[in-house]
Amino acid sequence: MDILTRRRFLLASGVAGAGALAAGASAYGLADLFDTAGDRDPQARTLVLVTLYGGNDGLNTVVPYSDPAYQDARPELAYSADEVRRLDDQIGLNPALTGLHRLYGDGRLAIVRGVGYPTPDRSHFRSMDIWQTARPDRPEQTGWLGRWLDGVGGDPRLAVSFEPTLPPLLAGAHSAGAAVPVTERKARRPVGDQTLARLAVPEPGEPAGQARAAACFADLRAVDTMITEVRDAAAAEEADEGGDDQPAATATGGARGSLAAQLDLVAQCVEAGVSSRVFSASLGGFDTHADEKQLQAVLLGQVDKALTGFVDRMAGTEPGRKVVVAVYSEFGRRVRANASDGTDHGTASDVFLLGAGVNGGLHGEPPDLTRLDDGDLRFTTDFRDVYASLLERVLDTDPEQVLAGWRGRLSGVLT
Amino acid sequence: MVDQDAVVHLLRRATFGPTAAEVEAAGRAGLAATLDRLLSPVGADPGAAATPAPDLGADPYAGISKESSREQRQQAQKKRAEQARGLVDWWLDRMVVAEHQLTEKLVFFWHGHWATSVRKVRSAQLMLGQLDTFRAYGRGPFEDLVRAMVRDPALILWLDGQRNTRTAPNENLARELMELFTLGIGHYTEADVKAGARALTGWQVDRRTGQARFVRRRHDPAEKTILGRTAAFDADSYARLLAARPEAGAFVAARLWARFAGADVPLPAALGGAAGTTTELLRALLTQAAFGQARGGLVKQPVEWAVGAMRQLGIRPGKLPEQQRRELVNRLAGMDQVPLRPPSVGGWPAGPAWLTTSSLQARMRLAALLAGAAAPEVTRRLAGTAPGDRPDALARLLVVDRWTPRTRAALAPLADDPRRLLVAGLVSPEYTVS
Repeated sequence: MDILTRRRFLLASGVAGAGALAAGASAYGLADLFDTAGDRDPQARTLVLVTLYGGNDGLNTVVPYSDPAYQDARPELAYSADEVRRLDDQIGLNPALTGLHRLYGDGRLAIVRGVGYPTPDRSHFRSMDIWQTARPDRPEQTGWLGRWLDGVGGDPRLAVSFEPTLPPLLAGAHSAGAAVPVTERKARRPVGDQTLARLAVPEPGEPAGQARAAACFADLRAVDTMITEVRDAAAAEEADEGGDDQPAATATGGARGSLAAQLDLVAQCVEAGVSSRVFSASLGGFDTHADEKQLQAVLLGQVDKALTGFVDRMAGTEPGRKVVVAVYSEFGRRVRANASDGTDHGTASDVFLLGAGVNGGLHGEPPDLTRLDDGDLRFTTDFRDVYASLLERVLDTDPEQVLAGWRGRLSGVLT
Repeated sequence: MVDQDAVVHLLRRATFGPTAAEVEAAGRAGLAATLDRLLSPVGADPGAAATPAPDLGADPYAGISKESSREQRQQAQKKRAEQARGLVDWWLDRMVVAEHQLTEKLVFFWHGHWATSVRKVRSAQLMLGQLDTFRAYGRGPFEDLVRAMVRDPALILWLDGQRNTRTAPNENLARELMELFTLGIGHYTEADVKAGARALTGWQVDRRTGQARFVRRRHDPAEKTILGRTAAFDADSYARLLAARPEAGAFVAARLWARFAGADVPLPAALGGAAGTTTELLRALLTQAAFGQARGGLVKQPVEWAVGAMRQLGIRPGKLPEQQRRELVNRLAGMDQVPLRPPSVGGWPAGPAWLTTSSLQARMRLAALLAGAAAPEVTRRLAGTAPGDRPDALARLLVVDRWTPRTRAALAPLADDPRRLLVAGLVSPEYTVS
């Protein structure tokens, strides 16, 4: 990569954010960055955002097992002191979260309690919309990380999703992250690269949708190159290790749960030093209106396995130790169980932050189960505090630009 | 000439994708007559008659009881999944063949509006029943549709109406009914949701008969206050209350406008307060000056893109070999839109959300499948044109007004190979929008 391209990349990737440049790049010299071996600044951190779709029941994830109000509200659904993986003499994790319990013990899991937003909305779609746009007060077309992407130049490689659909949170006003389905195989393209290149040319004055369609061709070529390099590198490594005896840990393997497969690809990308600063992954199915207990345990088991494997793997490399994982759902569920052994849409819940750069432990105030708002928990930490801290500490970006002037931050969670 | 442009624009929006022959015929008939024929087609639709809905019989799961074995259950589930796949195949075939195109497109619109997924409902019978409800009530007064939908078995199962009882109200259906189907967010309170849920109590789906029935002892007959009105509301009077709100008219008009004109063009004020039937509303919408100016501003939904291409290329999806039918649906899934499987009750997105690097990959593969499956006469006609004229012949075939210099430069080198030319035309930015 020549100097000019590298410089543009570094600026675009937000590595040397506007603040750092204005201040004379005190954190690190630009020249140092230009000389780095890989395509990215080794100091730059990476955010991996995991969305649990459907509204994960927070009270049965981080369980206040000793609280009589909890046991009383959902006698059939509640976990007892014997069942939970204890964090202390009041709080325990869902029995399925064995790996996360270990990470908590190692100080690598931070649990931010009671995260939500004012005037909670109990519609999945509106509440997920609020979490993904970070605008609880009015309808907003862009996602919060899409706005971040707009601000750093809009290269779709900077924000990558391995989900089948691009999540709205990665859609900006002028750009969108790259969606690379996990199942994508290197089959021959029915359209030659020359045609792709020609169709990628913008035409002055064409309608916005048509222009976006053309830009997709350019984006695809860029993403292609990046992912091909990552996969080739991973394949070469497997071959070096004498490959055949080991089960392929590749993203295309169908044996693993989908979240694990997504995070496998993220891990490969991080280890290969790609330019991406943000990865989005997700798991659905948490809308447990009925027969919740077993269903949620199965899902949380998948989450546990996928997250633990990923965090352990990341701990083994230098770029991996710069990764912060954030896990959230659009809302928690009602404190009281419904008549179908499930729970209906609720409000505040916990956010998990994981990685080497995280101060493990419980953070913030747990909501009071005896002081409910119409049967629901009152939030104690605004979700924009979490986002602001992630933008500032992980993405080196001024949060106020992305979050409409939001000034709140988490304190002491991210190092 | 101006009239001809308007006719082509109207056809592109009011059908899944017009063929060159349809464009020619509509040009001869003129704009007014074309609009009349789209909105009020005369007589039975021979295309629909040629694609009768599959005879599904009873829900395979209906015979399953507590005594049934695991194998019997699995067998029933498998049969259900097969039926659901068959129903998607049938509907795609119907969309292509239907001659009353706007009628069919309106069914698809309502499906996206009352977005119900077979992935939770599971029963092809009930999904087909819901499509029949759209056919029966989707062109008339909105009130009739809302009243039919609150007792639609698929919708009741989809939004947990089954679990909504006097002793344990479940708010899911009442909330989405107001938020997504009739009023829009911000036009009701949380108290209205709770009261609305009580009004809807008592409706139960009998899985064996596939009918929704009212079970009096599960219904809450007490007075409720909804949107400031107090009465002993039940499902029907609640539906009538909602449909009569001025917000409902504006909400539906905006939803129709977004799909037929485009979300980037503001809703003309004249449509905001419209009352009357959906057909009347559509007529008003399609004759707005702003509608005419919206050309090229709508990103085709993947189903529109694929069905339009199949109409133009003379492909009957129902006649494709099994493997290609599977691939068609898989590619549509890769583009994030499979009929009967909306991503959520919020329905499908619009605009640039369809245009991602991942959907483009599926689009290219599906384009290759379609180009390979094109009717021989279509390929022959293209091949029979002098290579230098083929890009223009392709534009006529795909009803694209004109190629930009960019796309012309991409197409020219492919002119010797009609099939690759076709693939490039189908994935071109010009063909991506309408």
